Amino acid sequence: MPFTAPFKLEVPVGMRRFFQRHPRLTRALELVVLPIEATGKKVVFGCRMCGQCILHETGMTCPMGCPKTLRNGPCGGVRMNGHCEVVPEMMCVWVKAERRSRWLPWRKAILRIQPALDWSLQGTSAWVNVLAGRNGKDTA
Amino acid sequence: MSRPAAVVRFEDALRSGLPVVTCEIASGDGADAADIVRRARLVRDHVDAINVPDNTAGIVHLSALAAAAVLVREGVDPIMHVTCRDRNRLALQSDLLGAAALGVRNILCLTGDHMIHGDQPDAKPVFDLDSLQLLVLANVLRGGRYLSGRAIAPAPELLPGATENPFAPPYDFRPQRLMKKIEAGARFIQTQITFNVGRFAAFMKGVRDLGLDRRVPILAGVAPLRSARAARYMQERVPGMEVPEALVRRMDQAGPDRTRREDEGIRICVETIEQLREIPGLAGFHVMPIHWEEAVAEIAARARLVPARASLAARPGAEVLDERAADGPVAGAEASALGRHREHRA
Repeated sequence: MPFTAPFKLEVPVGMRRFFQRHPRLTRALELVVLPIEATGKKVVFGCRMCGQCILHETGMTCPMGCPKTLRNGPCGGVRMNGHCEVVPEMMCVWVKAERRSRWLPWRKAILRIQPALDWSLQGTSAWVNVLAGRNGKDTA
Repeated sequence: MSRPAAVVRFEDALRSGLPVVTCEIASGDGADAADIVRRARLVRDHVDAINVPDNTAGIVHLSALAAAAVLVREGVDPIMHVTCRDRNRLALQSDLLGAAALGVRNILCLTGDHMIHGDQPDAKPVFDLDSLQLLVLANVLRGGRYLSGRAIAPAPELLPGATENPFAPPYDFRPQRLMKKIEAGARFIQTQITFNVGRFAAFMKGVRDLGLDRRVPILAGVAPLRSARAARYMQERVPGMEVPEALVRRMDQAGPDRTRREDEGIRICVETIEQLREIPGLAGFHVMPIHWEEAVAEIAARARLVPARASLAARPGAEVLDERAADGPVAGAEASALGRHREHRA
């Protein structure tokens, strides 16, 4: 499996353990980080706060803007002009993601199979989740 | 109703290396198993497996699981479509398990058409998983575990498949997406309907460059057009479908007379199949007659489409349980057609 090598944002185990051992500290940090992260990513990337950010793997394009919330590539309904089948006036998120990812040195990351979303993380801070090692399992 | 079980399973047909034919039948609109059986009987002699769609285009029909179970009872190996639109991962797991328990092994993992184009656009879209994650899920189940890690005994026997649409942008990315699906565990591929052979050939070139045609059997989707109006509708209204203007014009020229326009539609379909046969790397064809199952026999005859199971069942030593497969119109496997196709696979 050439392209399934993880390209996941991870911090050292020690740091993850530290945050896992101090849930109140983590919570406090999240209260500070959350508004900054939410506002910044919302303005720049149209972030939907799934809490498991993969922007860096999808050409800095938020896949949650897709009406089907597809995280593994475009569906078969993309219109001939590259627009979304559900919202005809919107460019397909994945057409953009694929085009933009070509500019990234780690462009192969778009080929990684993204695991299913953990919906319990919806609305939480993806950054703090990385620190606490909560950003998604690698099963399905 | 009591027909013998299919001798040659779809998986064995795929493994044989012979060209494979599958066909999709329309889902029933009433609580009527006889309707499914009627449609299946129109096509069963010409195919290795029959696809049953799951609420196509977001319009409610009889469930794919029920239809597939009816087909199993009929002695046909069904390919059940499973979409992520209507069910979350819990429901998907229990449905796949239930399918396996009913003898439905082949599942086509799809994201699903959005309900916005269906008759109930106000429904909540689920899309808990996408088609790739569904493929992974099917393989986790096959390996004897639920997603939670809890053991399943016995594990369901499943053959997960996937689709790809070469006719939707981003065109360059489609072969790579197919590779992703194969890596997620797709064991066979059925493509979107081909009208633009040039585009399909370009897609297959990308597929061959990645060596994907040697990893899984790829079946090219084909369909007969029934009228100029239908062609125009597909061209304009169905996202992800590419109908070249030339074909619409041909259907227009066939005129309003039903026999003539239907004949022209079948002729176009047969021509498409002939052109697709020239493309290396294909393992067979997937016919989608779109509510016109009667056309399949005609297409099969004119395009010399022979299901792999006909040749497999005719092989010495093979147990012949399905009498119709043995002496039906498909039995005398035209060596020329087969030989020709095999040559293109090499």
